[in-house]
Amino acid sequence: MEINEAVKLQKTPLYQAHVSLGAKMAPFGGWLMPIQYEGILAEHAHTRSAVSVFDICHMGEFILEGEAVSSGLDRVVSQKIVTLPLGSCRYGFMLNEQGGILDDLIVYRLKENIWMLVVNAATIAGDEAHLKGHLAKRCVFKNISADLGKLDVQGPKSRDALQDIFGSNITKLKYYSFAEFAFAKESCIISRTGYTGELGYEIYISAGKVNDLWELLLKDKRVKPAGLGSRDTLRLEMGYPLYGQDLDARHTPIAAGLEKFVEILKDFIGKDALLNEQKNRPRERLVCFKASSRRSPRHGFAIFNQGERVGTVTSGSFSPSLCAGIGMGYVSGAYKTGANLLVKDSNTEIPVSIVEKPFYNKPL
Amino acid sequence: MNVPENLFYTKDHEWARVEGKNAFIGITDYAQSSLGDITFVELPKAGRMLKQSEPSATVESVKAASDVYAPLSGKVLSVNQELAAHPELVNQSPYEKGYFFLIELEDESEKANLMDALSYKRYAEGLSK
Repeated sequence: MEINEAVKLQKTPLYQAHVSLGAKMAPFGGWLMPIQYEGILAEHAHTRSAVSVFDICHMGEFILEGEAVSSGLDRVVSQKIVTLPLGSCRYGFMLNEQGGILDDLIVYRLKENIWMLVVNAATIAGDEAHLKGHLAKRCVFKNISADLGKLDVQGPKSRDALQDIFGSNITKLKYYSFAEFAFAKESCIISRTGYTGELGYEIYISAGKVNDLWELLLKDKRVKPAGLGSRDTLRLEMGYPLYGQDLDARHTPIAAGLEKFVEILKDFIGKDALLNEQKNRPRERLVCFKASSRRSPRHGFAIFNQGERVGTVTSGSFSPSLCAGIGMGYVSGAYKTGANLLVKDSNTEIPVSIVEKPFYNKPL
Repeated sequence: MNVPENLFYTKDHEWARVEGKNAFIGITDYAQSSLGDITFVELPKAGRMLKQSEPSATVESVKAASDVYAPLSGKVLSVNQELAAHPELVNQSPYEKGYFFLIELEDESEKANLMDALSYKRYAEGLSK
């Protein structure tokens, strides 16, 4: 992601807490965010084996009031929302007319006709403009991003840690469902969702209370803070895409291999383009690959097949769980699992082979 | 920040420990701390002639790859084989177990181009501010 140095970086309500924990801070999507505390590998391992808390306050949240179809919402998002049960949420996309991905987002059905949309930090302004351009006039739209904090609590012990704070109702939450919980005389929303591949929860809490919850979580000896560095290695090991790298307006959900998050039977912006692409096949597809060494493919490296340039790496890193380089990228042509490709920049060549996602499977 | 005396240092955060006609080469505590968890080290082949300040190795962390420049000219006598399987030694012990390679010095007078511990410490502390 290109960061414009002239733009003043925003800080989350937890900025001082990160500094006092000795976090390394760096720009991400226009925000000054904690990249690591103890170290990326240690935070990655702790999330896979215990429980970590991540400051995700930079992400955006919108509230919409209106009936699913007549409000225009159903047409703006790719996921099926008409039949979404109360207390459930669903992942999908906002597309342009060409089927290109403007953002990936989760839609929460708070009440019959009240919705919360959770969007990426760097796309908040663009998403707001796009939504306002397509929603019906009578649909009430509120951008509550500045007032709402968000903590992700992720890892196999996340349920135990949250149960101690919020009570046993936490244990009733199923994957991609949510409920309201009380904290410090306020209400917050907790969904069983996440970006790590572990059992985990995302907590939406007022910006004024997020420091209190952060401190309380860290009083629990099982819980450690984790930064965006390990968030990235954790999500990449699962093959989860990152908007701005693996997803963008030049690629469709079909090219990204994420068509299962598109309800193709309904009417939505970009539908005709997707139907057309389904028929003619996308010119590029997002593939996952693993290096035969510890060398990391990096964003922007070229992908070669037998001397011919076939694509570009969108995400790449060292995988702490596999002890090998892993990555994703768009390639033209079809490659079977196990096919050998070469990933390179001007002074590094990394032999890789195509693998299925997820890269990492939790041991049974 | 750990900056042992009796080593020579570069602005790019390499160190050299001269022992007679030979020198051990590695990266500093400041460098390993800035890079974060080191996941891969590419070392030169034994026998290669290195010129002072030319790229001699590559170090990869979770977030990025960086070149390591030869602090002194000389012939590579041996490399630290342990780093292939345990690059984390560079984080844990940058001046001892995490050294990169050993060279036979070509020109000892090149030391004059390097910083001593006190100068390097001041330099690195200036960068941290």
